[in-house]
Amino acid sequence: MINEEAVYYSRILTELTLSFHIIYATIGVGIPLFIMIAQWLGIRKQDEHYILLARRWTRGFAITVAVGVVTGTAIGLLLSLLWPKFMEVAGHIIALPLFMETFAFFFEAIFLGIYLYTWDRFANQFKHLLLLVPVAIGSSFSAVFITTVNAFMNSPQGFDLLNGELINANPLLAMFNPSMPTKVSHVVSTAFMTSAFVLASIAAYRLVRGSKHVYHKKALHLTLTIGLIFSVASLIIGDLSGKYLAQYQPEKLAAAEWHFETQKQAPLLLLGYLTDDGDIRFGIKIPYALSILAHGSPTSEVIGLDQFPEEDIPPLYIHYLFNIMVGIGTLLIIVPLLYWIGVKRKWTWIKSKAFLWLLVLGGPLSMIAIEAGWWLNEVGRQPWVLYGIMRTAEGATTSNQVELMLWLFSGLYIMLGIGSVIVLTRMFNKNPIERELKERYT
Amino acid sequence: MDLEIIGILVLWTFLFGYTMIASIDFGAGFFNAYSEFTGKEHILSMIIQRYLSPVWEVTNVFLVFFFVGIVGFFPKTAFYYGTTLLVPVGIAVILLGIRGAYYAFATYGKTEQKRYTFLYGASGLLLPASLSIVFTISEGGFVSIVNGEPQLNYWTLFTSPLTWGIVILSITALLYISAVFLTWYAAQAQDERASQLLRKYALTWAFPTIIAAVGIIYILQSHNPTHYANLLQLWWVFAISFIFFLGSVWLLFRKKNYGLAFILLVAQFAFAFYGYGFSHYPYLLYPHLTLYDSFTNEAMAISLISAFIAGFALLLPSLYLLLKLFLFNKEYVRGRASRHY
Ligand code: HDD
Ligand code: HEM
Ligand code: HEM
Repeated sequence: MINEEAVYYSRILTELTLSFHIIYATIGVGIPLFIMIAQWLGIRKQDEHYILLARRWTRGFAITVAVGVVTGTAIGLLLSLLWPKFMEVAGHIIALPLFMETFAFFFEAIFLGIYLYTWDRFANQFKHLLLLVPVAIGSSFSAVFITTVNAFMNSPQGFDLLNGELINANPLLAMFNPSMPTKVSHVVSTAFMTSAFVLASIAAYRLVRGSKHVYHKKALHLTLTIGLIFSVASLIIGDLSGKYLAQYQPEKLAAAEWHFETQKQAPLLLLGYLTDDGDIRFGIKIPYALSILAHGSPTSEVIGLDQFPEEDIPPLYIHYLFNIMVGIGTLLIIVPLLYWIGVKRKWTWIKSKAFLWLLVLGGPLSMIAIEAGWWLNEVGRQPWVLYGIMRTAEGATTSNQVELMLWLFSGLYIMLGIGSVIVLTRMFNKNPIERELKERYT
Repeated sequence: MDLEIIGILVLWTFLFGYTMIASIDFGAGFFNAYSEFTGKEHILSMIIQRYLSPVWEVTNVFLVFFFVGIVGFFPKTAFYYGTTLLVPVGIAVILLGIRGAYYAFATYGKTEQKRYTFLYGASGLLLPASLSIVFTISEGGFVSIVNGEPQLNYWTLFTSPLTWGIVILSITALLYISAVFLTWYAAQAQDERASQLLRKYALTWAFPTIIAAVGIIYILQSHNPTHYANLLQLWWVFAISFIFFLGSVWLLFRKKNYGLAFILLVAQFAFAFYGYGFSHYPYLLYPHLTLYDSFTNEAMAISLISAFIAGFALLLPSLYLLLKLFLFNKEYVRGRASRHY
């Protein structure tokens, strides 16, 4: 029995919750690394600016983590409440990483609590820094484990199906599924990349606003350097993700590229518009590029949508999501690269307002890329919730109250979203760096 | 021992941990709001900030552990409970969200406001009410299977004395647990005024808790006779629990050794909690679901238990460190050590 209305609202509520959680989760995965680097530099160089950088990032981080915990708890419970049949199947085969994730949470939460409340309690500052290591490990591993679950949904393995019954479950094989290596590494590296650009945005914004303080310049330099490393890594792993798709989920790649006919020497399509009779207008075609993305060679054959029955093809709008993600990814390699060369060559225009504004945009843009990437991944998997095994509609609840819950949860997210923005801006505006430096060291 | 039993014991233990530490957390919020309301302001708010702020995320993970674990060990519960609990648990999640927002915005963000304090306090009482519905439903009689899908009958649920009995028990027990713990914590902090205030609250809620518990057993007699018979067989467990209860009340009354009073209280609730758990065996949901027919496959069970052992080995020392720093460190508890960040 399928309750169409329940399926519809469950979808919206899941999408909403995950899209909201992922903002805080991405920051939660990435920022500990940056706090760690800043504090380490501060101790090594005996430079108070870096120590303060770590301290101020931590204060903001405490708030984003709290919202991440709340929304994460929500999605964790909602998965069982909205997709009970899916979770029943998932519980049999992929419960292991989910379960291990809770230990990662424990680790992160315990040491974060300690870290937050023990600044100035250690004579040796390295000891305090050490407390952050389990926080960073915990948050990165929670991303690794949950992404493993998501990878399983895209390429399930590790069991046999016999008359609809799951048998011979092998939890480790299920965890190390084909999609796991690229997915996990792409998610983790883009989380670091996004955190770098978000932090760079803040520093750039202060500079745009006329601050000349060297504190912000140090922050900008540090975050953009690390950001560049992770953008390049994300591009490389993103390319590998494309190759994974070509092999295991060809219809997802084909839909993302509006690649209708199986062919060799396939071109890559940028932008464009699909007419009602299936013609592509205004697109830019890059010859051979899709074949290269898919198989690493310009002449290889790429499977098109013609190989799939109508009902198995995901929505075609994911093409734009793919373009947005890749476009932003490319931009966020060029911009920090220019900045970096500019610093070495002493170009003055990298200090111009226009360029700084571009850096301010980097944070929001990378967050948009995260959202676009996940939507591409999730919508591109449709109509399946478990690829090839269970359709999304079959996994859903049959309860009639999902709509009501959708409204209640929307209210909660609006409150959390607005609240966190207000509290964060107020916290840093009330206590600008100039004042904090003065108070502490005079 | 059967894998099923190991699985449920692990989960039940974490659930017990959650009920104890969450009760402290929820109750503290309520007392805080109540004392602000009655003008005894700020006696409690410092204690709450000292103890609760560093540990609330850990408290939350206990809950996460339980609901992730139960779907792992007993996947069929996702189907039965997931379908039926959408509204009560959904509301509980929203209330948890409000509490998280209080920590995030009021304590980390330092924007203390009456409105938040009130919401935070109220959510503490509403949460046990909405979460305890799960216990009520597990007693059977509220879920029917329609076209192969479990459905919750809200009308029967809200008109049943069992529902309200359990709601009352959860609230009184929470206030009692929280007050006893905070009496001890305030005494540690050498905050005599707060300690005496909380001691008074503790004594106020002690007997209502027991009355509510006895009331529920009485209601069960007609609601679920099988379970009632099982409970009676374990009468001695509940008798021991009651002796612990008398012990801690006596200590509180004589203003002696609050630390021991709290330990006795934990023992009291442990006996009652496990006694209840064993008497529920083998059902997870009367009469539809037992431990055995909802259990996962053997390979998954073994890997979950292995992961649990490894994870637990990491967890215990970390938890110990946390408690050592924030609970047993006199300097910190008394507010001498810096807590700037
Ligand atoms: C800052 C964010 C960001 C940036 C700049 C990029 N990606 Fe990405 N991408 C993600 C953030 C992301 C993501 C949010 O992390 C996704 C969603 C799910 C996943 O596995 O990773 C993702 C998924 C994803 C997928 C789908 C994988 C699947 O469905 O299994 C592909 C093919 C790519 N990416 C490829 C790329 C390429 C070629 C990029 C070139 C620059 C790129 N991504 C930049
Ligand atoms: C990492 C673990 C994740 C899991 C286990 C997961 C689980 C699910 C499930 C069960 C569905 C099916 C329900 C539906 O169609 O709405 C779904 C779909 C979806 N999810 Fe995810 N999700 C994950 C990550 C994310 C993230 C981070 C986002 C967003 C930023 C996201 C966005 C979506 C969207 C947009 C759909 C809807 C597709 C459609 O209905 O067309 N997911 N996901
Ligand atoms: C279906 C998908 C997801 C579920 C069920 C889920 C579940 C949760 C839960 C229950 C928490 C709270 C833990 C606590 O109490 O401390 C949480 C927090 C967190 N989640 Fe998610 N999550 C999902 C998707 C993701 C994704 C895709 C990422 C990363 C890429 C992620 C990263 C994190 C992190 C790092 C935290 C810790 C809090 C923070 O630092 O913000 N989660 N998640």
